[in-house]
Amino acid sequence: MGQQQQHHAAEEPPATFYAPRVRVYPQAVKGKVRRLRWGVLWLLLGLYYLAPWLRWDRGPGRPDQAFLADMEHGRLFFLGLEIWPQEVYYVTGLLVLAAIGLFAVTCLAGRLWCGFACPQTVWTDLFMWVERRIEGDRNARMRRDRKPRWSWDDRLRKATKHVAWVLIALATGGAWVMYFTDAPTLLRDLARGEASSTTLFFIGLFTATTYLLAGWAREQVCTYMCPWPRFQAAMLDEQSLVVSYRAWRGEPRGKPRDAAAGDCVDCAACVHVCPTGVDIRDGQQLGCISCGLCIDACDAVMQRLDRPQGLIAFDTLGNLARAEAATAGMPRGAACRGAGLAVRQAPNPFRPRLLLYAAALLVVGGAMLGGLLLREPVALDMLRDRAPLFVRLSHGGIRNAYTLKIRDRRHEAAQLAIAADGLPPGTQLSVSDAETDAAGRPLVATRADDVATLRLLVTAPAPLPAASTPVVIRLLDPRSGAEVARAENVFLGPQP
Amino acid sequence: MSTTHKPGAHGAQKDGDNTTGHEWDGIRELNTPLPTWWLYVFYATIAFALVWVLLYPAFPGTGWNGLLGRTARTDIAEQLAADRAQNEPVLARLRGMTPAAIIADPELRDFALAGGRVAFGNNCAGCHGAGGQGAPGFPSLADDEWLWGGKLADIQHSIEHGIRAPDDENTRMNQMPRFLADGMLTQAQVNDVAEHVLSLSGRAGNAVAAGRGAAVFAENCAACHGEQGQGNQEMGAPALNDAIWLYGGDKAAVVRSVSFSRAGVMPAWATRLDPATIRMLVVYLHALGGTQE
Repeated sequence: MGQQQQHHAAEEPPATFYAPRVRVYPQAVKGKVRRLRWGVLWLLLGLYYLAPWLRWDRGPGRPDQAFLADMEHGRLFFLGLEIWPQEVYYVTGLLVLAAIGLFAVTCLAGRLWCGFACPQTVWTDLFMWVERRIEGDRNARMRRDRKPRWSWDDRLRKATKHVAWVLIALATGGAWVMYFTDAPTLLRDLARGEASSTTLFFIGLFTATTYLLAGWAREQVCTYMCPWPRFQAAMLDEQSLVVSYRAWRGEPRGKPRDAAAGDCVDCAACVHVCPTGVDIRDGQQLGCISCGLCIDACDAVMQRLDRPQGLIAFDTLGNLARAEAATAGMPRGAACRGAGLAVRQAPNPFRPRLLLYAAALLVVGGAMLGGLLLREPVALDMLRDRAPLFVRLSHGGIRNAYTLKIRDRRHEAAQLAIAADGLPPGTQLSVSDAETDAAGRPLVATRADDVATLRLLVTAPAPLPAASTPVVIRLLDPRSGAEVARAENVFLGPQP
Repeated sequence: MSTTHKPGAHGAQKDGDNTTGHEWDGIRELNTPLPTWWLYVFYATIAFALVWVLLYPAFPGTGWNGLLGRTARTDIAEQLAADRAQNEPVLARLRGMTPAAIIADPELRDFALAGGRVAFGNNCAGCHGAGGQGAPGFPSLADDEWLWGGKLADIQHSIEHGIRAPDDENTRMNQMPRFLADGMLTQAQVNDVAEHVLSLSGRAGNAVAAGRGAAVFAENCAACHGEQGQGNQEMGAPALNDAIWLYGGDKAAVVRSVSFSRAGVMPAWATRLDPATIRMLVVYLHALGGTQE
């Protein structure tokens, strides 16, 4: 083995275990995809920065921020909704919906998320825009970076760019924290230098990650760090719209005047505008985030050459294969283009997998909506003492102890009576230091917008019919006797 | 395509071309290199660890506290001291109060319950069980029978001075005779009195023997355990007419108790625990539901 290794080492250049980064200098581009991307970008950034400032009146003494994850008090406010930590399954449901939605969108139109909506893409795009405004376009930047020595102008531009990046990153980190505390209060505290060290830490953390990921790491996040490109291919089928180079009309590449060559003149405009530095003409690949900028770049070239646009376009793999087959052996030119486009088929929006995604979205969304609509203001959780399983009393009775947690999401404390169903007559309920009503039921107070914890002792007369008796503990309105909440459990005793 | 790490970059190596030079049985190892920055971050973490281990060491048993004089041990000692200092004002209040007064104050009661739960787990649960359920020979603290009184003050006294604790003169002390071992009763009498004891809780197997045992009981046992076997908390004599049996309620266990006596021991906790802790324990026992107050 050692010999073999030496043998190869002598033959081949020494192996390196790291890859120097190939810097990407994306070029500015104009066109319909770019316009759409600007629209999406400003919309998403606007949402992100402004949403914490949206107000929502919830009554006196309640937070009036429309979107607020109140860590301190353990509440999630989402417009008119209020989610308790116990109901984290709504958040889970939201994530499930997001995942299925992502699968469905990917199946329909490829990596739309990556290309248009992913925060990494949006902020990188923003940072690149700032970079172009300050440092100039692709060629100017490449020239500057190749210089052995920077002039003062170069240094000023570099410094200005980084200051601008850090400021944007700071605004980003600051806005993130505002989703977790009251935004106006936080801004006032920051201005006065009174913000907590936790707040400052998280602002610093998100400032640093924004600056590093959007300014420096950029496409490396997509190609090295992100798991999604690794398995998104499984979500695609031959009817998904993906950014495609129509090789059937483009190849073989050649000079514009070469009659035998296809439409691609090998100008590399598509490569130069690519934010991840890939060549779309190599086909579907991990590095392609489906941003569609190469479409704009190629369309502009085709327009100058007076050729039909769409050499690179959102198209399906099925169409590519059909066009390839239809144009095989044809001379390139108008007839070939016509033949390739003629065999196109519109993607079927009722593919089984899309129907399944839609069904899953409906089921999960329906379950969440139903759960929200049927939510009760008071909920009871009950835990039976396990040590001891039961206590035998001197008169022969059996006692079980339960810990009750009464969640009351109303904003005024209420008094409730506790009743138990399923145990023989003569069963007594008691809660330490609680009064009882005329029927001997303990009266307990809930805690407004909070959880009250209490221990309930249930004493049943012996003998019990079984070692384990199902029991239902009910919380009742003491005046009307109406049931407010209930919990099921068992009452344990000795083997009869 | 994922094996070419700069996707589509000009001059990117195609699959299989870029190998490390290792070859085993004709299988060559593809070079999938790391990004440079990633590699240096990895080296930086190693360098960081070397500095960190000098500043904040975690070597076991050396007693060396690092260049900054801090380790996880000193940190936890500081935190414990800080916790104690923080709780001290409340603990000082508890020391001057009766358990009943603590229970009447909801805030102090919650504090005492939390502290009592921990203290019970640390000191009491070994014998009395995690939930105070007891075990043969170790009384249940969750039921409603108390050998030495179930009022809060009685329980506090029992904890402070223990049961038959040899080093405490105020300890709960009694001594049941070893009726058979010391020849005070014959085997037959012991058998009869055991039958009578069982009959006190309605479980007589042999009515004739129980009838004979009644006389033996009145003469030897009733002074402490009461005419009806109702027990006497003043003397720590357990009730014999109920469903609770510290050493088991079958006839063999009763015969053994009469013959050889029983004498469980609990240490006096006044010398081991903070008075505040003892009060918190009483509050915790109250919450178990068996106290008679």
